[in-house]
Parts: sequence; structure tokens; C-alpha cells
Amino acid sequence: MTQVENDPQGSQEILAAMHPHTGRAHIVGITGSPGSGKSTLVARLTRVFRERGHRVGIVAVDPSSPFSGGAVLGDRIRSRDLAGDDGVFFRSAASRASLGGLSAATADHISLLDACGYDRICVETVGAGQSEVEIAQHAHTTVVLQVPDAGDHVQTLKAGILEIADILVVNKSDLPGADSTAAMLRAMLEVGGESGDGEEAAWNVPVLRTDARAGIGVDEVVDAIEDHVAYLRASGRLRCQEFSRAEQRLESALASALLHRLLSVVGEARVAAAADAIVSREIDAHSAAGELIAHMDVLRGTPPTHHVTEA
Amino acid sequence: MTPIRVLVAKPGLDGHDRGAKVIARALRDAGMEVIYTGLRQTPEMIVEAALQEDVQVVGLSILSGAHVTLVPRIMALMEEEGLNEVAVVVGGIIPESDIDTLLAAGVRGVFGPGTRTDEVVAFVRQAVESSSADA
Repeated sequence: MTQVENDPQGSQEILAAMHPHTGRAHIVGITGSPGSGKSTLVARLTRVFRERGHRVGIVAVDPSSPFSGGAVLGDRIRSRDLAGDDGVFFRSAASRASLGGLSAATADHISLLDACGYDRICVETVGAGQSEVEIAQHAHTTVVLQVPDAGDHVQTLKAGILEIADILVVNKSDLPGADSTAAMLRAMLEVGGESGDGEEAAWNVPVLRTDARAGIGVDEVVDAIEDHVAYLRASGRLRCQEFSRAEQRLESALASALLHRLLSVVGEARVAAAADAIVSREIDAHSAAGELIAHMDVLRGTPPTHHVTEA
Repeated sequence: MTPIRVLVAKPGLDGHDRGAKVIARALRDAGMEVIYTGLRQTPEMIVEAALQEDVQVVGLSILSGAHVTLVPRIMALMEEEGLNEVAVVVGGIIPESDIDTLLAAGVRGVFGPGTRTDEVVAFVRQAVESSSADA
């Protein structure tokens, strides 16, 4: 897991070998604002998954400092009850340069756990809040946590993490306002009404209440997750998700491989010169990119269509 | 330069965690990634965490006097799990007379009260560099 995080380019062989063994895990994303109880809920969910016979992998992401590049990864602290259980693997990761709530290595970390037979994988995001939607691309089921009274009705209309929820959980239900927060969320879902993409059998997002610290309501969350697993399979949505995930990973792998190829053919000096030209307003970034690509084509030989005519 | 990953743990029943938190923060500010496991860790929990998190350094904070029993147990488990490359440092209340025992057990450094955080940071960096040089 360390290697894929530190040296993605050099890890291709491992990842290629692992890939055929992936695809069995069900991936659950857990997101919500800082302090909403994500880590505590993950620990509780893991216990229930274990009781039900699953092997659980956990990837918990915490933010890297934009100043020092360091991080304190403090999610593991909530999982002391899981210690000593070899059916649980807990990995903490720093977001490093990534925005969006996860780390660049998260997809690969998930794949490794999947290939090693962890069939329920919980991915806990950084938890910066409203725009952390990246998790929905990685997870089959996205659980969004709210704490009671965190905002009024207008908050629930805004785009962002509430939209990506497959399951909404009002945690810290022992606090005042839990009932009205849950009611507000249900009302928001009703206002949303039609699913928009014309699906016949749409998933009804449940609004659940938990007190994760006390372990209340957790079985119901696991039940909802398992219901969602069944729904995804029965409705064919699982296949769609897998396909779009594969497309994204392919695009991302292509982008990085092509950039790497370009840099090695054209050379970093040429790229640095282009950056200078952008600063001095001689050229804009898009045009500069176009020129670099054209230069790469030239250096690698004339394109096949011209071969016959240019002798 | 990939960040150094450090586990900071308080083994045993000692409840004074201010020092551990100060160190965690200092290491973070020095660009390291600190897995902070908190209080009441057993040796088994610490070693399991070191293994799963694949850390380069384990920092133990002990103010209870229990270092004499806890540290050797932790070092033995680390060896069992093949974690000999991991640098273990100990901070807290350690009597002078016990320092040599700890060093002999494989601990790389012992830091008493009043140690400056930049000293710890420098030591950790150096310990990691020399581990990877030997590897």
C-alpha cells in the first residue's frame, strides 16, 4: 500500500497482477463534515460487518497541511475495539496534494484490499464538507453524515454532498435537534421528487438516526447498505457504476501516461520554456499545450498518413 | 520527497497525552505523516498498527514508569513481525539508569522532559535516513 502511494508509476506491475482479483468487494464511502462522527461510525459499522461474516478493509483519509505537507492521521484512534482482529485491515492515508476529500492513492488502496479478500471496504473521507463529492466516484454506496442542527432548510437545497448520498445518517442523535434535522432531510428528498434520469426502480434514500458512540442505530445502517447492494445488482446499476468507474480510471491512467510520454520525448526544458512564454504573455496555456504535442509528434516521426506521400 | 510516516502511541495505562500531542504536531509541522493512536495501547495494538500503516518510525510516549516492561515486549513483537527496520524512539519520564537498557533493547533514542521538539524532528529524520541507507 505504501508503494502505490509513493510511487504510482513504479507500481504498475503490482496493480496489473492484482486487477483480475478485484471486483468482489462492496465499497462504502462515508463522508460528512469534520466532527460529524465518521470515524466512530466506521468503527461501529465494521463491528457489525464482522459479526455478519465479512472481512473489512478501511481506508481513512485525513488532510495534509498545505504549509508543511505533513498530517496527523487520527481516524485510527476510534477503532481500538477492532484491534487484534485479523479480519480487519485499517489504513490511514494523508490527502497529500489531492482536493476532493480523498488521496490520489485511494483507488489503488481500495483495489489492493479488494484483491486481498476484504469484501466490505469502508472509505472515510477527509471531511472538509460540502464539496467532497469525489467519494461517490469510488464507492458503490455513499453514506453521508449530518449532525443535528447543522444549517437550515436552504442548506439542504444547495448542491454538493447531500446530492451524492445513497444513505443519509443523522449522527449524534442524542443531541437536541436530531428529529428536526432528520425531518428536514426527508423533506428535501421529497422536494427532489423525480430521480431525473427517468429510472423506473429508483432507490429511496433512507434517512437514519444513529448515536455511533453508543452504538445505537448502526445495525439499521448496515441493513440499509446491504439493501443498497441488492438494489444495485437487481437494477443493473452496479454494471453502470463499474463501467463509469473504469472509464474514469482509464482516463486518469491515460492522462498520466501521456504526460509522462510527452515529458520524456519533448524534455522538461521545453516545457519550462513554454511556461515562461505563458508568463510573458507570448502564448496561452492551451495553445502552448497544442504546440508541445505537435512537437512530440514531430520528434516521434511523421504520422502514418503522411508516410507514403513524403518520400 | 515522500513524507515520513510515524506512529505515535501511548502504551499502557498512562493518561498524560499532552507530550504525545505536542510531538505529533511538531512532526506534522515538519512535513511528516503522524498516525496518532492515542491512549491505552497494548504492545500488540501498537505493533499491529505499525504493520498495517507501514510506518518508518514508532514513537512511544511513557510517563508511567512502565517502560521497563512495555518497551522490551514491544521490541520483541516488532522483531517477530519483521519490523526491525522501523526506528523506535521513546519519550517521557525515563530514569537515566534505564536509558542504556532501552538502547540495548534496540530503541534508537530516548527523550526526557524538556527535550526540544526540533531535536526530536531532526533525530527522527536522521534515523529514517540511516535505516534506508542500511536497507
